[in-house]
Amino acid sequence: MRFMLLQNYGGIESDCAPMYEWTPEEVTAHIQFQQALNRQLEELGELIDAQGLAGPDEARSVVSDGITPLVTDGPFPESKELLAGYRVVEVDTPERAVEIAALISAAPGQGGAPIRQRIEVRQVMSAPDPEV
Amino acid sequence: MSTSDISHTPARVEGLLRELAPRALGAVVRRYGHFDDAEDAVQEALLAASSTWTTEGLPDNPLGWLVRAAARRMTDLYRSDEARRRRAELAASWSMAPPEAGSGRDDTLVLFFMCCHPALPPAAAVALTLRALGGLTTKEIAAAFLVPEATMAQRISRAKRSLAESHEPFALPENGARDARLALILRVIYLVFNEGYATSHGAELERPDLAAEAIRLGRLLHDTAPDEPEVTGLLALMLLTEARRPARTTATGALVPLRAQDRTLWDHALIAEGTSLTTSAFGPGPIGDYTAQAAIAALHDAAVSHQETDWPRILALYTLLERRGENPVVRLNRAVAVAMVEGPDAALGIVDELSSTGALRDSHRLSAVRAHLLEMKGDTDAARAEYVTAAGGSANTRERDYLIMKAAALGV
Repeated sequence: MRFMLLQNYGGIESDCAPMYEWTPEEVTAHIQFQQALNRQLEELGELIDAQGLAGPDEARSVVSDGITPLVTDGPFPESKELLAGYRVVEVDTPERAVEIAALISAAPGQGGAPIRQRIEVRQVMSAPDPEV
Repeated sequence: MSTSDISHTPARVEGLLRELAPRALGAVVRRYGHFDDAEDAVQEALLAASSTWTTEGLPDNPLGWLVRAAARRMTDLYRSDEARRRRAELAASWSMAPPEAGSGRDDTLVLFFMCCHPALPPAAAVALTLRALGGLTTKEIAAAFLVPEATMAQRISRAKRSLAESHEPFALPENGARDARLALILRVIYLVFNEGYATSHGAELERPDLAAEAIRLGRLLHDTAPDEPEVTGLLALMLLTEARRPARTTATGALVPLRAQDRTLWDHALIAEGTSLTTSAFGPGPIGDYTAQAAIAALHDAAVSHQETDWPRILALYTLLERRGENPVVRLNRAVAVAMVEGPDAALGIVDELSSTGALRDSHRLSAVRAHLLEMKGDTDAARAEYVTAAGGSANTRERDYLIMKAAALGV
């Protein structure tokens, strides 16, 4: 079964400062953690995709009635529930997806302390079994 | 080389190679051991054969050609390896007699037992079985499961490492363990089959058809173990389910449940073969789970309509399956049969009881069945609400769409 593990810009449950206030070493450690985690998931045969999304500054929102699309800036950074990145994993049980989410959540931040980021675990839709 | 031979078109070569793949691997492992390296060596030999045979024609002894090519890879590998002891070991057994006649069938069965080893997680066993016994490349397997090739390659090499660490001899399991180990093989093949349904989107023609691959594996296993009733039962079940595939979805990909399928679209050759296999799977011993499911599928496939299906016999088979052990999915299916024999009220009783135990992990299926039973009863409002609940809990796109359509249709 496949799960998407989503992380938002908000949802940091530790009192960790924003990343731009970290030391370069702390930032490097954080990035290396993410890369090592991806490698580990790939070696376990579980990684399907991992992507970070560009920041909200360049983001656009589009609404259309089918004739004239209305394009606006945003969503804006103050929106805490803005998607920052995701991983798609293929695992044998929902419990394993939760376990991976816990690893992501505990990524190192300032002083190497876990940032305790909130990770949303969502199952990816598949098609039905033969006997429905 | 038989250059005048017209049988070496790419498709024919491909078919032959995939047929020979497990036999070549069996011969190489039996002679040299080291399943993990042997498996790589045979894959390389298959790739080499694919281009050579297509351009130069088939060799006189295709199997011998593959075994020799793989054996050369093995010696190359161990020459560059630091393990001198292993190289010496290999050189000592270096004689290329053609594989013994009759040994291929057992070797194939041993390969099945290895690839479906209890130490392997299901996804790993599935991938390894498709490669070693199905003769598919890692790239093809990755494409079939919509997984990146690097991830699939890791899954396969991890599986092979686990097997190497299990230190199991290349031999059939002991009699006491045989039934349990055979059940693992059957489960792996059935997983491949179900995945074929889950990922059949039609548009992606480049991907191998996993339902067809599972049937192919089922036939291969049946050829190697023709006297195992459950092996026959599983093959029958897959054929009888596959027979209904043309009617299972509309042209636009929407799901059509069994009761609404156009039965003229069913594949009657597959039904005939599956039914005859089901009959032969019945023996003096107790009926196995796959055989019982095949028998149920055969009754559905024999019916001219949903209404005129032999529901009492289907109910009897589900009752028998249910007695085998607590299985909430079986009980839910039995409820559907009860509805057809005794009416929806009796079935709703079973569903409510099941729902109170909380045994069914996938509770949206309970809602879907309850919705259907309420609809049968004519309780439209309650049915509609249950369809909506079921749709909310479904993790299957097409199933969810179907349930929403049902709810929408009742709202009119």
